[in-house]
Amino acid sequence: MTSEQKAFSGSVRFFHWLAAAIVLTMLCIGVSMIASLADYHLLISIHRPLGILLLIIVAVRLVNRLLRGGPELPITMSPQEKFMARASEVLLYVLLFAIPLVGWGMLSAARFPITMFGSVHLFPILPHSPMLYAILRKTHTYLAYLLFFAFIAHFGAVLFHSVILRDGLFKRMAPWRTSPRANS
Amino acid sequence: MASDSMVERENRSASPAQGGTLARAAGIGVLLLGVMGAFFYLGGWFSPHELTQARFVDGFEKANGLHPGFRRNHAKGVCVTGFFESNGKGTRISKAALFLPGRIPVIGRFSLGTGDPNQADGPFVARGLGIDYQMADGEEWRTTMINLPVFPFKDPHAFYDNMMASAPDPVTHQPDPAKQAAFMASHPEALHAIEVFKSHEPSSGFDNTTFYGLTAFIFTNDQGNATPVRWILVPEQPYVTTSAAGTPAADKNYLFQGVIAGILQHPLKWHLILTLAQPGDTIDNSTAQWPADREQVDVGTLTLNGVEAEADSDTRVVNFDPLVLPAGISPSHDPLLSARSGVYSESFTRRAGEKATPSAITPADIRK
Repeated sequence: MTSEQKAFSGSVRFFHWLAAAIVLTMLCIGVSMIASLADYHLLISIHRPLGILLLIIVAVRLVNRLLRGGPELPITMSPQEKFMARASEVLLYVLLFAIPLVGWGMLSAARFPITMFGSVHLFPILPHSPMLYAILRKTHTYLAYLLFFAFIAHFGAVLFHSVILRDGLFKRMAPWRTSPRANS
Repeated sequence: MASDSMVERENRSASPAQGGTLARAAGIGVLLLGVMGAFFYLGGWFSPHELTQARFVDGFEKANGLHPGFRRNHAKGVCVTGFFESNGKGTRISKAALFLPGRIPVIGRFSLGTGDPNQADGPFVARGLGIDYQMADGEEWRTTMINLPVFPFKDPHAFYDNMMASAPDPVTHQPDPAKQAAFMASHPEALHAIEVFKSHEPSSGFDNTTFYGLTAFIFTNDQGNATPVRWILVPEQPYVTTSAAGTPAADKNYLFQGVIAGILQHPLKWHLILTLAQPGDTIDNSTAQWPADREQVDVGTLTLNGVEAEADSDTRVVNFDPLVLPAGISPSHDPLLSARSGVYSESFTRRAGEKATPSAITPADIRK
């Protein structure tokens, strides 16, 4: 069974692991910077430009994913399980777009300079509104925690399939080549 | 990770070893809990006594009461507008665009250095001036200054401990003198700063006050040379002592009324003076003064020609974060800077989401 499990194409897998590394980094930076007086400036100076870089990578990743497609889920998964898998994929993409956009939006609403590095900064994408800033600032935190728990669910599900069911699911996204690639 | 093998296929076709599956499930559970634990540890959830941005702002609210919509410090204020005319002498010190010769707009805010928006004006209450220099390409330099020549607190913990030591006792509603004395005894630099402040009679108003930036920043020029700098704003309006000016003591807004009347009559001017450190000067401690002979450079004139009550001004909601900086100015390692940026952000988030209650200085005060 599992020897037939095809993998995503190389570019899809590359973008997955690249995004995963940045997302985990951003979650760690984000959760720690708001509870650190000493490291706040350094961490937020990384958090802002890395967040925008992630937004760009996720956009390219999504286009690539839609163009390249992917292999079928294992036949051992029920229709309900397959629905959950696809729904969680959609949720993760939605969060990966929403969180940096909310970050960009909240600084715009605050009329706070959106500094990337040096004198490079972004233009505001929302009108000046302190109340809107306050709402978006809190939304940014809630979505980030939701992303963290979505990651835990995703990680847990992958472990469950790999270690308990042993249905070869991980081979679809493994960073190394173990099986024939799915043709798109 | 083991690739497909005969052994794996045999294991799957055999009946599952219940104990093995349970062990693996437990292992997954432990791993996930460990990841979650690490995440929450990073977020400070297991360090309830560490001073964080939220706990610091909670401290302000405990010491001063909760005043919805107001800054948690420098709560009482009035907004100003004007421009900065750079004479070009700053370009050898910093490549920041505002030091090029020419004029750029500024917005700003005079304030009292307390968390009570209804604090009565008085000669010895700390005075603040925030100025946001707005450069043509969208860069901003947000500066915050007070009229103390040297800062009393060397790090955020000292500031916080002083605030808690000076907070009103819940029963007597007055600060506990014993706590305040204990703080001063263990913080000689705070005592020194207050003595320096009190040794020079405060001027009669905001308009003739010298404002100090206090904390060193690193100015870098086009050649990449970095110089630690502290800056001050020196008024053109002549120094007159409070007693000489004969200020009416009964008016609890006399400082603000004075600067409003002044600006409505004619623009007020200050010179922006940069003080350059020498090697060996203490850069990362705002309680340490530099020797008086350090080179000073007058880089331009700040003119304030407009005044607005907070109710009428967008500047009320500006967060004068000292780490909003243009290219050419960067922070020193003074621990006050990162802490202030973080705490101001928390205060700003809270007040931005609150319905603002009226400021002490109202639009009617501007029309007088």
